[in-house]
Amino acid sequence: MRAEVTGEAHVSLNEVVRRYDGPPAVQALGPIDLDIRRGEFFSIVGPSGCGKSTLLDAVSGLVRPTSGIAHFEGKELSGEVPDGVGVVFQEDSSMPWLTVRQNVAFGLRTSGLPKTEVSDRVDHAVNFMGLSQFSDHYPAQLSGGMRQRVCIARTLVLRPRLILLDEPFGALDQQTRLLMGDELLRLWRETSATVLLITHALDEAVMLSDRVGVMSARPGRFIDMVETGWPRDRDSRVIADPAFGALTGRLWTSLREESLKTMGRAA
Amino acid sequence: MMRRHAALLMRIAILAGLIVLLEVACRTGVINPLTILPPSDMFAAMIDQVGSGELNASIATTFSTIFLAFALAVGCGTVTGALIHRSTRLRDVVDPLLASYYSVPTFIFYPLLVALLGIGKAPLVVLGVLSAAPAVVISTLAGLDGVAPVLMKLARVHRLTPARTLRWIVLPAALPHLFTGFKLALSYALIGVIAGEFILSGTGLGYAISFAYQSFDNRAMYGAMLFVLLVAVTANGILYVWEGRLARRRSRG
Repeated sequence: MRAEVTGEAHVSLNEVVRRYDGPPAVQALGPIDLDIRRGEFFSIVGPSGCGKSTLLDAVSGLVRPTSGIAHFEGKELSGEVPDGVGVVFQEDSSMPWLTVRQNVAFGLRTSGLPKTEVSDRVDHAVNFMGLSQFSDHYPAQLSGGMRQRVCIARTLVLRPRLILLDEPFGALDQQTRLLMGDELLRLWRETSATVLLITHALDEAVMLSDRVGVMSARPGRFIDMVETGWPRDRDSRVIADPAFGALTGRLWTSLREESLKTMGRAA
Repeated sequence: MMRRHAALLMRIAILAGLIVLLEVACRTGVINPLTILPPSDMFAAMIDQVGSGELNASIATTFSTIFLAFALAVGCGTVTGALIHRSTRLRDVVDPLLASYYSVPTFIFYPLLVALLGIGKAPLVVLGVLSAAPAVVISTLAGLDGVAPVLMKLARVHRLTPARTLRWIVLPAALPHLFTGFKLALSYALIGVIAGEFILSGTGLGYAISFAYQSFDNRAMYGAMLFVLLVAVTANGILYVWEGRLARRRSRG
């Protein structure tokens, strides 16, 4: 079954449009055509308010497109998050009343897995994200970066085949962000999951991704698609690679005009 | 940790100092002992009265009434708060009413309640609920407002049923606010019921105090007063400690 799907798109969007009924009616997104390959690390950059998060919600199944179809593993998405999809949000979504371990285990509460299996998976995710010393701490005792790791670990226990990240490092400082990027790459390699990352940081997009899609101002459409050509075995040190500057520059060239439009709209 | 302990010691010292001051003032005649009993006598009177069993019936009546009012206020208040939270329109209508509710002296309705419900437990329970429930409604609304939208999104990502969303996400997230409401509700129910007994009732601790007052029985009056005070402070103290334990987990340290 898996072999059949390989080579096909893991996620596929056809003419996806999202409109919000007014007044005034707003077309937030699309039309979008996008295929994400299985195992690909795909990032989306775009001016603020261009519908990036709406696109992510459509891919996760949280919102149904107004028109067009979204597929995950060949099945149409229908307003519910399918099994195999993990989502990490921009805001801290750790639960302050649970310890780190309990937070991570939350992902499996409804799984019906045997206790030992749950505890194995939680141990693994907690270790993987470097949280084992803090497993009995409460989120309030951790830094912002560590709390975001808790949220990633909570997604990881589900063994997602598609991981969606909505500006997960948006609230972190630059150094922490780069290091978290390394963790994310390691996670991506070891789980062989497909990753869709939304970010406003061009350098982050270039450093992490196999492919970066640039979106236009609202209603967001893809106006550029950049293949980075990095090896699978990479880390944050690619920012010293000469190609890095060129790629980031190309993204900015595509994005500058669109960002100006957004600014003009806001002013 | 050290600071908390230091503050606690300071608090106890201030209270103890005031009690000693009162004792001295009464014993030396600065305050007429007929007006205020020395604290040690109050305490002795309380022990006598509670020990003798003459207050047993009153204690049972009053605290069962308070408990009933508190339980009803918590139940009705939480449910009402949740319902109001669901409807934005209702919320717009009700919010200003809730905000100004405590400027209304609910006690003035006591005669009406007696006329409607007769003398006995019922009007007192209603009075207690009237004082306590709005505090629960207000804090329930605050608690539900405080549930981060991202946690509700998380519930959808994990495909939680509405019941599980409530139990696993909404309630624990809103708990600190709910708890504040419960604490207030206990105080308000206690005040409502005892004051009600005071004004117009033939039973209970409030009535016992009022009766002693009218028959110039200072010892009985101060003994009963002290007892009510101690019970109120203890009940609140227990909730306070419990709340602190919950809160400390969520904050640093």
